[in-house]
Amino acid sequence: MPKKRTRFSLVWVIPVLAAIVGAWVAVTRILSEGPKITIVFRTAEGLEAGKTKIHYNGVDVGTLTAIQLSDDHKHVITTAQMAPKTEGFLVNDTKFWVVKPRISGANVTGLGTLISGAYIGMEIGASKEDRRDFVALETQPVITGEVPGRFFVLKTPDLGSIDTGTPIYFRRLQVGQVASYNMDQNGKALTVKAFVRAPYDQYVNGDTRFWHASGIDLSLTASGLSVQTQSALSILIGGIAFETAPSVMVQPPAEEHTAFTLYGNRAEAFNPPPRNPQTYQLIFTDSVRGLVAGAPVEFRGIRVGEVADITAQIDLKTFKFSVPVTIRLDPQRLGVKIFELGPTLNLESMRRKLIDSLVSHGVRAQLRTGNLLTGSAFVSLDFFPGAPPATVDWSQQPVQLPTIRGTLEATEETVENIIAKIDKMPLKEIGDELRKAIADLDLTLTSARGALDSAHSTLDNANTLVAPNSLQLEKLDQTLDEVSRAAQSLRVLADFLERHPEALLRGKKGEAK
Amino acid sequence: MSGAAPTAMQHGLQSCETCGLLSRPAAGEVEGRCPRCAEELSFRKHDSLQRTWAYLIAAAICYIPANVLPVLTTTTAAGAESDTIMQGVVLLWSPTGWPLSLIVLIASIMIPSAKILALMYLLITVQRGSVHNNAQRIRMYRMVEFIGRWSMVDVFVDTFTAALIQLQPLMSVEPGPGLFFFAAVVVFTMLAVEAFDPRLIWDSISSKEPSSDEANPGEANSNEANPNEANPNEVSYA
Repeated sequence: MPKKRTRFSLVWVIPVLAAIVGAWVAVTRILSEGPKITIVFRTAEGLEAGKTKIHYNGVDVGTLTAIQLSDDHKHVITTAQMAPKTEGFLVNDTKFWVVKPRISGANVTGLGTLISGAYIGMEIGASKEDRRDFVALETQPVITGEVPGRFFVLKTPDLGSIDTGTPIYFRRLQVGQVASYNMDQNGKALTVKAFVRAPYDQYVNGDTRFWHASGIDLSLTASGLSVQTQSALSILIGGIAFETAPSVMVQPPAEEHTAFTLYGNRAEAFNPPPRNPQTYQLIFTDSVRGLVAGAPVEFRGIRVGEVADITAQIDLKTFKFSVPVTIRLDPQRLGVKIFELGPTLNLESMRRKLIDSLVSHGVRAQLRTGNLLTGSAFVSLDFFPGAPPATVDWSQQPVQLPTIRGTLEATEETVENIIAKIDKMPLKEIGDELRKAIADLDLTLTSARGALDSAHSTLDNANTLVAPNSLQLEKLDQTLDEVSRAAQSLRVLADFLERHPEALLRGKKGEAK
Repeated sequence: MSGAAPTAMQHGLQSCETCGLLSRPAAGEVEGRCPRCAEELSFRKHDSLQRTWAYLIAAAICYIPANVLPVLTTTTAAGAESDTIMQGVVLLWSPTGWPLSLIVLIASIMIPSAKILALMYLLITVQRGSVHNNAQRIRMYRMVEFIGRWSMVDVFVDTFTAALIQLQPLMSVEPGPGLFFFAAVVVFTMLAVEAFDPRLIWDSISSKEPSSDEANPGEANSNEANPNEANPNEVSYA
C-alpha cells in the first residue's frame, strides 16, 4: 500500500487531456477570430451590443460587441467583432451604415429589419490601405459601389417630388436613381446626386438636359398644347428624365460629378431661360393682348429670349398710349460665334455692333399671334426691308429696339378702311337710279317682245313658202333644171368658141368640110 | 473533540463503501473483499488525493471554456445567436424574470465553482494534516457529494430545449460547444468527489492524538503499519 500510494497515477492523463482539448479549442477560437473594428455613429438607435450584425451582401460578417458614448458625448463609438478573413474588406474607403426599413415609392428596402431589428450595412472599398476605425454614413446609400455607372450632380431650386431612390429615365427607360440630395450652403438651391447606370451613363454629355419628369406636364402656350409624361410610375412617385440635344459635334461622355441644371420640365430644358440675358425695351403702340411675361421672343422663329415685363404708359400731353415691353435677349442664341472673334475683343462692343447692323438691315420687333385658339402672342424679330430707317440709342437704359406694327393689327386697319369707304358710298341714290333704269328696261323689253312676235309670223310665212311639195318649189325646180340645161349648152358653145374662135367669122369648119 | 475517537483502520477494520459493513480483512491479506456484497475493500482509497487532484484540475480546466464558449445557439428568423451561460443570465435578467436568471446563475456558475473550491479546500487541509473543523469539513464533503448529480440540471435543460425546439425553419435551438465542457465540469467534479476519501479527514486527528499537536511523519508510518499488527485480532463476520 505504501508503494501504491507513491506511484504516479494514470489518472493524471485526464487533466492533461482536458488541458489539451481546452487549449486546442482556445487556439482555434483565437485563430478563427477576425479583426476588431470601431465604427462611429451619430446615434445608436436600433443598435444593440452583442446582437446587431454587420451584413455585406446579406452575409453576416460581424457583430457589434460594445456600444459606448464618445468622450464629448456627441457620437456613439461601437466596437465590432468581424468574422475571420474579413481583413481584406476593411480598407480606407469601406463604408458602414445602419439599415432600416425604407419605403420610397419605387422600392422597398430593409423590410427584414422590421422583424430582426436594424443591422449594419457595409460596402467594401477599393482602396488598398487597411483601416480599423470607421465613421458610419448618415444615410444608407441607394447605390452601392458594385453597380457600374456614374454620379452626376443636378442643381435645382425646387426638389419637387424627388427623394432618394427616385428613378431616372432615359427614353422612358429607367437607367438610374437619385442617390442623395442636400441643400446648398446658401439655402437657395439643392444639389441632387444622381446615379446613372452603365452603359447608359455614356449618353450623358455636355448637351444633356435633365428635367423633372414628375406627373403630367400639360402646358398651353403660344406654341400650342403639349402633354409630356414619362412612365406611369413617374406620374405617381416622380422622376427625373434626361435627354441629349442633338448636336453637330459628337460630344464625349460627361465626366463623373459633372454639374447639370435640373429644369422644371422638358420644354424648359430645351428652351432654357437666357443665360446671360441682355435687357431691351420695345415700345409697342398696338394692343398687346395675349402677351404675357415669359412669352417667347423669336428671331425668325428661333427662340432667342423671353418677355420679362409688360407695362403701360400714357403721354398726357399728346394722349398717345404706348406699351413698353421689356425683353431679355440671349444674343448668343442668334448664332453669333463670339468665341471665334478671339478673347481680346470687347464683347460688349461686339454685341452693340451686332444689334446695330441687325437694325440697319431692317430687323424690327413685331407682335404676332402664336396661337389662334388661345390668342397668346409672342414677340417676333424679323427683317422688314421696307421699314422706315431706325437706329439704336445706346445711351438709353434700357436700350430700346425699334418696333413695327403687328401684322394682325395692320390687317385690321386695312379692313376698317375698306369698310369706312364702303360706308361712305351713296348706296341709296344708286339704288333709286337702278330701280328707275330697271322700270325703263321693263318697257323696252315689252316692245321688243311685240317686234319679236311680228318677226315670228314673217318667218312662218316664209316657212310655208318653202315648204316641201309646194307648187312654187316644184316650179322652181323645173325652172332651175331649165336653167341648168341652158347653162350646159352655153358651156359647150363657150368651149367650141375657145378652140375655134374663127368660127365666129367662118362658121363651123367641120361642118363646112 | 469527536475526532479523538479511534479510526476503524487503527482497529484493523475496513468499511465497505457500498453496503457499509465493517469487516476485518481475511488473515494474511492486507485488504480483502466485503463478505456481504463482495465489494473490494481497502483501508483507504488508492491514490485518493492524487486522483482527486487530477479530476479537480481537469474540472477547473474545463470550467473556463464552459463559461467562455456558447452553450446555446438559437436560430430564429432574425438570425442565429449564440449565448454563453453568463450571457444567458444577463438575457434572463429582467424585473419579472430575475428568479429564473438567479437559478441559472446559481446552478450553472456558483455551484460548479463552489464545488471545485470546496474540494480544493478539503484536499489542501487533508494534505496539510489540519485537525480543525473536521465536522464541518465532513459536512461540506457530504453536501458536495449530494449536490453532484443535480449539477447536471443545466445540461439537461439545455439538451431538452435543443431537442424540443426544432421548428425549422422558424426557430431552432442547438447546443453549443460550451455545453460539452460544462458537462465535463460536472462529470469531473463528481469523479473528484468519488475519488476523495473522506476518511482521510480523520487520519490526521488519529495520527496526531497519540503524539503531541505537531504532525509526525514517522507516527503516520507506524499508523499504516498498525493494521498489519492488528491482523490477528479478527472481527467475527456478521
